Amino acid sequence: MVEFKVHRVRFFDYMPSGIRCMAFHSKADRLALARLDGSVEIINFSNNYFQEKVIPGNDSRSIEAICWVGCDRLFTAGLNGEIVEFDLERLCPKYTLDAFGGPIWTAACNSEETHFAFGCEDGSVKLFEILPDKIQFERNLDRQKGRILSLSWHKSGTLIAAGSLDVIRVFDVKSGHSVQRILVDKGPAGTHNKDCVVWNVAFLSDYTIVSGDSVGKVQIWDANKGTLIKTHLVSKWDVLSLSVSENEDSIVAGTSEGTVVQFQLLSPTIGDTETQWIRTRTFKHHTHDVRAVTETKTAVVSGGLDTQLVICSLLDKVEVKPSESVLRKVIFPHRTLVSCAKKPGLLLFQFPDQLELWRLGGTDTVGKPGESLPVTRKPEKLLQLKRKGDDHICCSTISECGQWIAYSTVTSIRLYQLQCESNNISITKVSKLPKVLRSAHQLQFSADSSKLFVASEQATIHVISLSRSECKHVHTFKPKSGSSAPVHLLAASADGQWLTSANRHCEINVYNLKKLKHHCMLPVYNSLPSAMAIHPETNNLLIAHADQQIFEFSTVDKQYTDWSRKLHKEGFHKCRIKWHTPITHITFNPSAPSQVMLHDTYMFCIIDQSLPLDGLKAQFYSQLTPKDMSETDRPSKTNAFKMCTKYQPLLHVNVLEDDWLVVVERPLIDIHSQLPAPVRQKKFGT
Amino acid sequence: MAALYEGFTLCGLAAGKSRENSGLLGIEPGRDPDHVIVTGAGRTVTVYKVSDQKPLGSWAAKQGQAVTCPAVLHGQTGEYVAVQDSKVLRIWRDEDINFEKVFKATLSAAVSRIHALPSLEPLVLFQRGAVRQLDALLAAPQQAVEEVLSEDEVIRWSSCFLEAEQPLLLFSTEKSGECFLYLQKLKPNVLHKYSIDSEGKGACPISFTATLENKCITLMCLYSSGCVYKLLVSLHPSVEGEQHLPKSLLLKLPVSEGVLSRAAITSLEEGHIAIVGSPHSASTGDRDFLCIWNTNFQTLQASKELAGGAYGQLWCNAGKLYVTHGKVLTVLPYRCEMSSLAAALGKLKQTSTQEVTLSPSELNWNSLLHEETALQPRTGGAGMRTRNSKQSLTSQATLSPTINQVLEDLKGVSSEEVEEVLEPFLSCSPVSPQFQLGLSHITVELLKRCQADPGFYPQTVLARLAQTGRLSHSSCPGFLMLALEKRDYFLAQLCLQQFPDVPEAVTCACLKAFLSVADADLVPVNVDLEGVSLVDGPGHSLEGVQNGFSPVLLEEDGCDVQLAAPKLDQSSSWIDMSLTSPVGLKKSALLNEILRSSYSESFLLPHLKDLSSRQVILFLRYLQYLYVRSSGDVYTQLPGLRAPTVTQIMDWVSLLLDAHFTVLIMAPEAKGLLTQLHRFVRSQVRLYSELGKIQGTLQELGKINKEQEIGLYSIEVIELF
Repeated sequence: MVEFKVHRVRFFDYMPSGIRCMAFHSKADRLALARLDGSVEIINFSNNYFQEKVIPGNDSRSIEAICWVGCDRLFTAGLNGEIVEFDLERLCPKYTLDAFGGPIWTAACNSEETHFAFGCEDGSVKLFEILPDKIQFERNLDRQKGRILSLSWHKSGTLIAAGSLDVIRVFDVKSGHSVQRILVDKGPAGTHNKDCVVWNVAFLSDYTIVSGDSVGKVQIWDANKGTLIKTHLVSKWDVLSLSVSENEDSIVAGTSEGTVVQFQLLSPTIGDTETQWIRTRTFKHHTHDVRAVTETKTAVVSGGLDTQLVICSLLDKVEVKPSESVLRKVIFPHRTLVSCAKKPGLLLFQFPDQLELWRLGGTDTVGKPGESLPVTRKPEKLLQLKRKGDDHICCSTISECGQWIAYSTVTSIRLYQLQCESNNISITKVSKLPKVLRSAHQLQFSADSSKLFVASEQATIHVISLSRSECKHVHTFKPKSGSSAPVHLLAASADGQWLTSANRHCEINVYNLKKLKHHCMLPVYNSLPSAMAIHPETNNLLIAHADQQIFEFSTVDKQYTDWSRKLHKEGFHKCRIKWHTPITHITFNPSAPSQVMLHDTYMFCIIDQSLPLDGLKAQFYSQLTPKDMSETDRPSKTNAFKMCTKYQPLLHVNVLEDDWLVVVERPLIDIHSQLPAPVRQKKFGT
Repeated sequence: MAALYEGFTLCGLAAGKSRENSGLLGIEPGRDPDHVIVTGAGRTVTVYKVSDQKPLGSWAAKQGQAVTCPAVLHGQTGEYVAVQDSKVLRIWRDEDINFEKVFKATLSAAVSRIHALPSLEPLVLFQRGAVRQLDALLAAPQQAVEEVLSEDEVIRWSSCFLEAEQPLLLFSTEKSGECFLYLQKLKPNVLHKYSIDSEGKGACPISFTATLENKCITLMCLYSSGCVYKLLVSLHPSVEGEQHLPKSLLLKLPVSEGVLSRAAITSLEEGHIAIVGSPHSASTGDRDFLCIWNTNFQTLQASKELAGGAYGQLWCNAGKLYVTHGKVLTVLPYRCEMSSLAAALGKLKQTSTQEVTLSPSELNWNSLLHEETALQPRTGGAGMRTRNSKQSLTSQATLSPTINQVLEDLKGVSSEEVEEVLEPFLSCSPVSPQFQLGLSHITVELLKRCQADPGFYPQTVLARLAQTGRLSHSSCPGFLMLALEKRDYFLAQLCLQQFPDVPEAVTCACLKAFLSVADADLVPVNVDLEGVSLVDGPGHSLEGVQNGFSPVLLEEDGCDVQLAAPKLDQSSSWIDMSLTSPVGLKKSALLNEILRSSYSESFLLPHLKDLSSRQVILFLRYLQYLYVRSSGDVYTQLPGLRAPTVTQIMDWVSLLLDAHFTVLIMAPEAKGLLTQLHRFVRSQVRLYSELGKIQGTLQELGKINKEQEIGLYSIEVIELF
């Protein structure tokens, strides 16, 4: 039985950005998605839908189309007229290229991955050749009137379908001439907009073109004859996104109403070989525009203005496996955006364009469990730090003492010193940073605030010593494996001896700070670590992986501890599997170091390492159940796991001194209230 | 029954006032029945058009000045009169915009109130008890005003009446706990003083209301103990000097604890009073209610909870109650019907299906007068109104010879000729009060003849008379029995439908007659079949289970020892949809009429015992059939306008069982029926217990929702196990 006083914080106005487009690479089983703020995320579907990589956004970048080439090259094109290839190791743009056709609305890559086609505002379709290290402009197809809003290659690579205003054209790639012109109906008179915008086209290998338009129709055309085969009216508003499954037996379309409609190629009568596209399923998981939709082998993936990524398994495609067959929603990032200075009670919130520093409130009274105490000292916003430049903030941290703040964008690192005297706050930027510091994937201060660890390119970690007068580069650690994957997690031990880093290749390295050398590398586990921490007393390393597994590794003995082995023998409790979000933070209770605190979006849990792990397979108690038990029953049921689901959804949980907890919640309703109003729909009785 | 209708907010009250003070001085009638003058404490006078909830004009005194008595409308000149700072008279018209610039006259003494009378000069009551007419006062504003009241005596309440074209002012005073009443006549100037004894134990009068009737003022006085006393003040007292005024207890309000402090009373028409600020029953200590009580029968007629707490201020004007509560002034239209014992006991026939038609046995004077006022030009004064109504009365009086004539004519004519004779009478305007009287006269005469002469039975005429809807059992007592005697079931049904006050004995006699008549005998009889659903027999149309409710399931999941029995033996199941009616269609229409009639259990029970056991079983079977038919449907009423409700059916089942339980126990043929009834009751009990559980669950939900109001930051204590 543990009792905590909880700072329940809801003033972190974190607002995720809406999803604009996405591309799924089935061989790599990864989804690349671009958001409205220009950021790009790569989600690993085979690793519990973990947000593997995040490329921070940029104010001047607006992405309209995203494309994989191979499994390691990612291209985007946007309304600023630029084509960007991203460096997936350094997590920043590799190069940008102007297509000189005005805003780019759409991009498509042919099946051989030799050529790109870009649809531009000026009505041109531009062909680019894909070279090993760059792309190169080749030629324009015949320019037509009206912007090109959608493109699709035929599998053969000889034809391209292009959707424009009121018309779909088919181009012959070789000659560059338009060989077919299909007029699309404007829809019934008096509808909300006059032009029919062909938002999407898909060119199937049997020379069928599927189009989705602003009148709410999904239409199926014969590309050779230019005739309409079938019209499905799916929405009163726009059909904004369209996707064809890999084997071309299913089409999904997303609409402005928030619905996703599936069509399947079926024969209307059993035993008939003749097939046609039949509307089968309608999903309604979104409240706003579904701007992006795609289909994997087992699921329909959709995302839109309501910022959430929804992965809805198709039950006929999955083997019955409860954890797989449910609906998943990815709403919050799989990393922590909050850092906490425990001693002074400060919280640092990271937004894409600014940092906010808050001091927690307080109370003079004590209370019984379940009570809410009067707030005598209100929380205070101490600082609002706007970033410089167009690049969004990718990581930030505050030192344990609360005197240092550091943040990084893809182009620069900034370090600030903070002086807090009673009510006076002064902040000074540390002007002379060592030259090696250009950008960081992750930042971490040492426990005594004397050092800053910067995870940089090529999986290197720079150690910077901090003092009032100057900052000095002390050492650079490099992984023994020679891996260049970006480091996304750092942890330093309380005694200042150990530093561990985890990179995107699932490698975890332990460095000795005293001797300034590589100590050891943990056995590589096939799931990405999602959170990591070093025990303050035993210096054991605790790691949580994206697949919900937890390991404890003794840095001294260079092996997994007995506790870790026992945990895996008993099996981490079933109820963990119920939650799909990864553990994003591990910390320890300063007043009882045997207590490990870890949390994901929907719960936080305290594991007491001093208590026996047996009985995990027995009934797992929620926090309220044992209250009803008699006193004599209780000790025997004492569990090493103590779980709390009272606060949801969680962005951060931390244990402060004197049994205080800080819980940063972000209610979904607050996010929804900041979204624009959804399209009006007539509901019964309104 | 008196009724309070849905109210609406006329205006908000000035914010920031204390709990004791609503910030409203008074409400006075305006130019129109639909207009009121609202005087706010402090500075503002506003005229509202009530039906539109819209202010027509508003005037405010300057900062630092205060309006100290409610503004009134001078009926003759159309000007508003108010007093500012106790001593300054202000008089203005609708056109005046700036209150500062309107006429003012400074008086020599402080004014308590101004009372307006529609056709006379307003009366000004000074705080020291003197009374002046306004014109006399305006002629010499600084005239000396005598002191009538002794020192420390303060005016608590005052009211004004018009008797024989002469104004009367009644006001009550209080001096160190003692109450006095003064009656001031102006021409000649006479002042009567009365003493009212206090109730003892510190109970003091807190609110007064007075009405003038038959040269006698009825004063009703609410004491802080919750008692309402009636005091009669004669207009022409014989004795000179101070008199003691006896009081009689009219009503004792259920004040559970303590005393009333902020309560007000006002008298409405027809022996009803409205009280605000007292609880309507002793069990609820909550005092924020507006109640209408019937003083004749001491019954609560209507009540309404006032949100935000009442201030104990209540006014009545033109059929609407004005009450301050919370932060608003609310207008509640009300209606008081003439009180009768039937109405007081809630026994008056349900008028839900016939609300549009006029109430049967009474005349609506209001509508009569309203029609006339609508014809009158708006500028017409009260004098004209009286003249007009006199005219209409005289014109109606010319009808009476015709009625006598008709009665005369009826003597000696045969059954066939009766209709001919009555035709002109029946076709004349039904609104006239003479028609009402004549109708019962004629009916009684006809009934007398029928009884005397067995051959005389003008069936169609009697039916037409009954159909007028203006007869009642009390006005023609033998009507229904005659119909039964003549086996005229059509007429009997009509009487049951139309008469609001059929005695229980007669109802029972009808029931007995209906039950014993053979279905074959009813074939030639013309019966109104509106009361039965036309799809008779197996209730196909009703079989559809709505909202997932299935009475069969409810029954089957019970802990019945023979679980399978109801399934196998369909005919014995209480909830068997294929149950057929044990009586014919016409008979069931007649029985439904009985079920719908009003009755009082204690009076009905002895008469029910007269039924034979066969009749009882048949009737129970029929009731069972009705219940099954109606409970299969979620609606509580069977199709058809005049079908009985489930409640009525259940009440009759209970009554029959009460009356004949021992007989039924012994009768072997009733055994099955009783078992089914028992099973049914059990299923009902289970249903209600389930509903209770749902209610409990939902209440818990309500509590949970309350807890979820969390701000941006809070500190909580949690315990993890």
